[in-house]
Amino acid sequence: MQGREQLLLSIADDELILGWRNSEWTGIAPFLEEDVAFSSIAQNEVGHARALYELVARDLGTTADELAFDRRPDEYQCSELVELRLVPDWARTIARHYLYETADEQRIKALMESEDLEVAGLAAKIDREEAYHRMHAHMWFDRLQDEARFVEALEELRPLVERRGEHIAEFAHLWDEMTIVRRSVVGATW
Amino acid sequence: MTDEQFLEYVQGGGQVETHDEMPDEYRAKLIKFIEMHGNSELMGVLPEREWILRAPTLQRKLALTAKVQDEVGHSQLIYRVVEDLGKPREQCLDDLISGKSKFHNVFHYPTKTWGDVGVIAWLVDAAAIISQKALLKCSYAPYARIMKKICWEESFHILHGRDVILTMMNGTDEQRELVQEALDRWWGPLMQFHGNPIPKEDDPMYVWRIKSQGNGEARQQFLDGYVPQIWELGLTVPDPKLNKRDDGVWEFTEPDWDELKHVVTGHGPKTEERLGLRRTTREETAWVRRAVLAQAA
Amino acid sequence: MGAARGSRSGGVIYEVFRLERKGQPFQHAGSIEAPDAVFAEWYAREQYGRRGESVALWVVPREAIAEIDEFVDELERNYHRVDGYPLKEKLKEARARAGTAPAVDR
Repeated sequence: MQGREQLLLSIADDELILGWRNSEWTGIAPFLEEDVAFSSIAQNEVGHARALYELVARDLGTTADELAFDRRPDEYQCSELVELRLVPDWARTIARHYLYETADEQRIKALMESEDLEVAGLAAKIDREEAYHRMHAHMWFDRLQDEARFVEALEELRPLVERRGEHIAEFAHLWDEMTIVRRSVVGATW
Repeated sequence: MTDEQFLEYVQGGGQVETHDEMPDEYRAKLIKFIEMHGNSELMGVLPEREWILRAPTLQRKLALTAKVQDEVGHSQLIYRVVEDLGKPREQCLDDLISGKSKFHNVFHYPTKTWGDVGVIAWLVDAAAIISQKALLKCSYAPYARIMKKICWEESFHILHGRDVILTMMNGTDEQRELVQEALDRWWGPLMQFHGNPIPKEDDPMYVWRIKSQGNGEARQQFLDGYVPQIWELGLTVPDPKLNKRDDGVWEFTEPDWDELKHVVTGHGPKTEERLGLRRTTREETAWVRRAVLAQAA
Repeated sequence: MGAARGSRSGGVIYEVFRLERKGQPFQHAGSIEAPDAVFAEWYAREQYGRRGESVALWVVPREAIAEIDEFVDELERNYHRVDGYPLKEKLKEARARAGTAPAVDR
């Protein structure tokens, strides 16, 4: 697998797994209006993952769904940060959201400079959506910055932003649940 | 306006707005009815949310997330209407969690497979949409207005449900078996969904024109619309008595109304667990509401 | 539009108006609860725009809206209403004078 594929897959995997973790708040977010808003963010992330998987899938002769779901756990290239199960801790959830979006901005802006026009174009689209995520993260940051638990959460999670290569213990369980239906009838169309 | 005049007014198609004078009984019945709807949308999220995590394709994951998001959105719309009628959201949530108020029977049952995901979106949502369309003419206008948005969004859910089911029915034997097995389990609750068949003249909801349709009528509409859809896929309905008479009326085995009452009064297989989840997450996130909403001007 | 601004613990209620497409008027869509205007914009966009159903939204604190529902007309000024202009009889009379009344009296 080439460098480009590796990079795109690591972003796609981050977005897929973060989207998955953010979806765990569906129906149980701190209040209803935020529940709806946070769900859109989760959907955007899965949407970004899908678009990135589709690019890579074409090069590798496979499909986005196969990349998303049919790899072994050790083949995923997401960061430790996105793998953490944080429900029902809203402080850590927002801390992760804030840290991730801040770091991701750099990564996506770099991709927007890519010589590969397709990658650059997709990165620009992702960036336009993530601008909203950043706004949302900042909105919550402003509201929670005086809460001790939020400040602690930021400090705790900051070092994990670039931790990649190993999967946390919970990831195996996540992968298991994520792929359980798909594996129940292998090769089926759903 | 006297209560009799008000009754005549609503029965003649009159609409009521939030600040209008209304009989205490009308207001009380309205709050209870609408609150139960809000509770149901919110509790309906819980059986489905696990399957977002397990969705077997990215498209299904997105569609299901959007469906469940709509349901949370519906509960928001509905609780706002209840609050403007005089019962604050937090009190509604308190009463839901304590078991004091009710939610629809179907959300007390477990979901076991991806077959359930399809059957719920296809048939449970269909049963719900029949009731919801009848509410478009509710005498209480703020509720009728949100029903418009709710019905529009529900139509996407049914499309999603159909798509999931048809894909499985066109798939493997195991997938078809998943659908049939789920249908076998959900048929009972579906038949109970519209409530016991009290004549509509005896149903205060109809008398006050909160509902514009009786329970029996809604059930017949459901059967008429959806049994043919079920049969045309080669699926069977687990009721040997199910049959459409020459006069167009559907016959069926009378549902167990005691069971329905037992379930909606908090004794369904999943009631405790789901209310427990609500309770814990609400407690765990109370600090957020204090930090964020309490600061409001 | 909304209930009494009585004491309630919680955020601020905002009313949302939506423009379905250009040329249409903004219409009241519903209300949301939010900590402040920044959150309110977010939540309005989500509740009333996530399916692309609106081209624009107005988000206004409920308290900023003055509802008027009393209109005084004690002396029943009929010149403001159609029934203040009884034309039928006069037209009948004028046609009769001019000889232009229709053959069959309707």
